[in-house]
Amino acid sequence: MTDILSPLPGTFYHKPSPDAAPFRAAGDAVAVGDTIGLIEVMKTFIEVQAEEAGTFAAYAAEDAGPVMAGETLATLA
Amino acid sequence: MAIQKLFIANRGEIAVRIIRAAQSLGIRTVQAHSEADADMLAVRLADEAICVGPAQAAKSYLNIEAVVAAAKASGADAVHPGYGFLAENAGFARAVEEAGLIFVGPTPETIERMGDKVAAKVAAKAAGVPTVPGSDGRIVAAEAVAIAEAIGYPVMIKAAAGGGGRGIRIAETPEDLARLAPQARAEAEAAFGDGGLYLERVIRNPRHIEVQILGDGTGAAVHCFERECSLQRRRQKVWEEAPAFGLPEATRKALCDSAVALAKAVNYRGAGTIEYLYDAAADDFFFIEMNTRIQVEHPVTEMITGLDLVALMLRIAGGEPLPVTQDRITCTGHAIEVRLNAEDPFMQFLPFPGKVAGLKIPEGVRFDHFLYEGYQIPPFYDSLLGKLIVHAPTRAGAIALMAETLKGIEIAGLKTTIPLHLALAADPGVAAGDFHTQWLEPWLAAGNLKPRAA
Repeated sequence: MTDILSPLPGTFYHKPSPDAAPFRAAGDAVAVGDTIGLIEVMKTFIEVQAEEAGTFAAYAAEDAGPVMAGETLATLA
Repeated sequence: MAIQKLFIANRGEIAVRIIRAAQSLGIRTVQAHSEADADMLAVRLADEAICVGPAQAAKSYLNIEAVVAAAKASGADAVHPGYGFLAENAGFARAVEEAGLIFVGPTPETIERMGDKVAAKVAAKAAGVPTVPGSDGRIVAAEAVAIAEAIGYPVMIKAAAGGGGRGIRIAETPEDLARLAPQARAEAEAAFGDGGLYLERVIRNPRHIEVQILGDGTGAAVHCFERECSLQRRRQKVWEEAPAFGLPEATRKALCDSAVALAKAVNYRGAGTIEYLYDAAADDFFFIEMNTRIQVEHPVTEMITGLDLVALMLRIAGGEPLPVTQDRITCTGHAIEVRLNAEDPFMQFLPFPGKVAGLKIPEGVRFDHFLYEGYQIPPFYDSLLGKLIVHAPTRAGAIALMAETLKGIEIAGLKTTIPLHLALAADPGVAAGDFHTQWLEPWLAAGNLKPRAA
């Protein structure tokens, strides 16, 4: 299991836009550099990218919820 | 029925500013805050504080029901909306009034009318204020090309219901316009639920000049001279001055008089700003929009006039007739304000929320802010930390004083836009006043902001 951590404090989003599907679902392949979510920090959106490859397990932080820097956002199996 | 107890429906530096103005008038204060803002400076300074919801602004500061319920429960008799959030939301102003409280600002009808670009332009024209050639009303995307023929290219496409630079596109040719108009409509629909568009000729390299006005809602209105806000990045002002430099005296008078005429025509109540584009080469000015709130950059006007605009807003809202007459409002010296944001200017202005590890402010300097040592800046709101304001007899003196003040201020633990302002204060183009709204971004792109050698 690998955790993907939040690089910044802010609001975490699973989806590129409210009507879109989440970036990743359980079982999806994840390559290094793939975007798995967005962090909104001070009205700026920053992509959260995987630093390791793996298989997506689940989001650990809720969609559109506040997160702290270093908090686990998602896990890879 | 002067205000006894004021509810502040905002956060950050403007909440602090409003509390100070209220205190100067002996008004008790209730500060609204989100769960993430319980430790902010305004909460500490206010007599009382009430949580209005979770960190996300949509669930707290933008939640009309929650904010109005909190205001009513607090026993306040008035609500100051600050700027941003619900400040220019007519529905909010109406909800406040329906709850039996005073809204510190214009009537909901005025907010509605001046907040609609088309209706505002019609009101401006009717008051004799020059406007940019454009579509006479809201149009649908399919009409755009035919209407642009009469206006002349390049044209700007805006959402009729828009604001803050959102949904604005520029078309140089009919082909551009045919491609961009449907996009603008889709974006306007998504952002505002209203796909109505509005076309306007683009004035090349304009300066942004705006006039501060005050009215009491009975048709009496005055101006407090103008501000120069041309230094902008991504349509956000970064450095503001008062008065505007190099403006011919007759132009200044015509500009300020036109603002008063519009304020009187709409029976404006409270503090407002009328924004213009100024074509310096042609010495022409054009109305762009009216902001029906106190603005971020109001302090430069306070410095040159000696007025306390926020206190005046509160007195007017409390029912006083216009407390100042035009002949008593004078312009002395030159003021500059810079916005200090929690952003890294050497990393594409990436937001940098952090903990204030140390704070040193030079003596006698006006710094409107909400910082204290140990304060953790929350990541959920905008990046404005505070505004540094200087006043000197001349513009050159004000720039020099700004540079000196920026060198003396220390905000440890955060990245801020201080290096940007130091570079601007040292720039010959800024010193010469040789800039316009399209100046700062190319200046940055050309690498004029360099990390200082340690």
